[in-house]
Amino acid sequence: MSPTELPPPERHPSDPLEPPPLGVPVPEAPVPEAALLTVTGLRKAFGQHEVLKSIDLEVRRGEVVTLIGPSGSGKTTVLRCLNGLEMPDAGVAEFAGQLTVDFSTPVAKKQVLALRDRSAMVFQHYNLFPHKTVLENVIEGPVQVQKRPKAEAIQSARELLARVGLAGKEDSYPFELSGGQQQRVGIVRALALRPQLLLFDEPTSALDPELVGEVLTVIKELADEGWTMVVVTHELAFARQVADEVIFMDGGVVVERGHPDTVLRDPREERTRQFVDRLLNPF
Amino acid sequence: MNINWELVWSSLGPLLMGAITGTIPLALASFSLGLLLALVVALMRLSRNRAVSAVARTYISVIRGTPLLVQLFVIFYGLPSVGITISPWPSAIIAFSLNVGGYAAEVIRAAILSVPKGQWEAGHTIGMSRHQTLVRIILPQAARVSVPPLSNTFISLVKDTSLASLILVTELFRVAQQVAAFSQEFMLLYLEAAVIYWIICLVLASGQSALEKRLDRYVAH
Repeated sequence: MSPTELPPPERHPSDPLEPPPLGVPVPEAPVPEAALLTVTGLRKAFGQHEVLKSIDLEVRRGEVVTLIGPSGSGKTTVLRCLNGLEMPDAGVAEFAGQLTVDFSTPVAKKQVLALRDRSAMVFQHYNLFPHKTVLENVIEGPVQVQKRPKAEAIQSARELLARVGLAGKEDSYPFELSGGQQQRVGIVRALALRPQLLLFDEPTSALDPELVGEVLTVIKELADEGWTMVVVTHELAFARQVADEVIFMDGGVVVERGHPDTVLRDPREERTRQFVDRLLNPF
Repeated sequence: MNINWELVWSSLGPLLMGAITGTIPLALASFSLGLLLALVVALMRLSRNRAVSAVARTYISVIRGTPLLVQLFVIFYGLPSVGITISPWPSAIIAFSLNVGGYAAEVIRAAILSVPKGQWEAGHTIGMSRHQTLVRIILPQAARVSVPPLSNTFISLVKDTSLASLILVTELFRVAQQVAAFSQEFMLLYLEAAVIYWIICLVLASGQSALEKRLDRYVAH
């Protein structure tokens, strides 16, 4: 280990003595400590091209799982399948025993909606609604879909925005914000839905380098508060600090998975080593 | 050429009445109905159901592939021979609405397709149904894109309503024809009618600018 490297992080997701800095309430866990999401045998092909060749995944409550790998490895597709944006050809997704979706049989609309209800997605390109203000972006889901009272939704949206440093930006339109600010709105829009699982699809890949930090800080704070999340990322330093498990994918299969210290510093597989080396030493 | 100012002045009243009671309500009614029809046809055209999409495609093809005057004549002079008689005003409104429906459907379809796919996904990911996403996320953004081309359609329609004079609807141009025939001042009356059409279209164009400005408030300049 080189002296500049950070020690492995210690996380206390449910330590009551350490109030979370963001204070965003984490949804109640029906079965604490159990797996929140179990995915087995996930397969997806686009025409002849097999993007996912039987992926297994388990995410426990409060855990941060990061997916890394070269582009085209299928990591984003895994995330999109979990949110019902892509329909897998086969595989089973199980949410804490309450919801089981078997993708090898036709999936009912209701089940897709139930999947989406449990997770919320943060996109690489933010995908904010350009014709709505920051506040309208955040309350759209809670008010229109979850039918929560508007006044309450506005109040909690304001609190969430303030906590990610966007107080005073409620009435701005997305185009008036920097990329980092837009992505923080994207994160708040996901949080406002009070999902059990947060999905991040390369949340900093579209940002100018100097704006990456502000977004990663927010995500790290959420992780520290005990939010469960799956993060697709190329930021290895972030994965090393925040992740409980790192999964390295290539060619639609999981090549290696494990603790970040192992996968990112001393991988067993040659392919993982090559990938990590190339990201750390591009020249 | 001596301009008969007295005639200009005395014919102005009847011509304006023709515009106010004929041209303008005909254009407004046909455009509103036509837009509704166009939205339905555009959504049918985008449907994954091939039969539904084919119906929409055929309709658009027929409307765009045949002259408006022929469409008017089929409805007003043609249909009575199969036992359907429709009086001038409804005939005109039906023909113009169908025509606007065909042209505007393609405009609306293109505008819907111009909204990035990520907007659909963002709608879905916050739990919205297809319908909710369409109405709350996609159409408002498509509206902004479609204002300039739909304004073109509207302005064309205002001028095309003059064709209704041929199926006996009393509107601006028919009044001009009648006064011209009576006074034998053809040049004067037709120019006078042209100026009134032009003024109506100028007003519409400024309305278009105002609407574009309003819808552009959320876009970087």
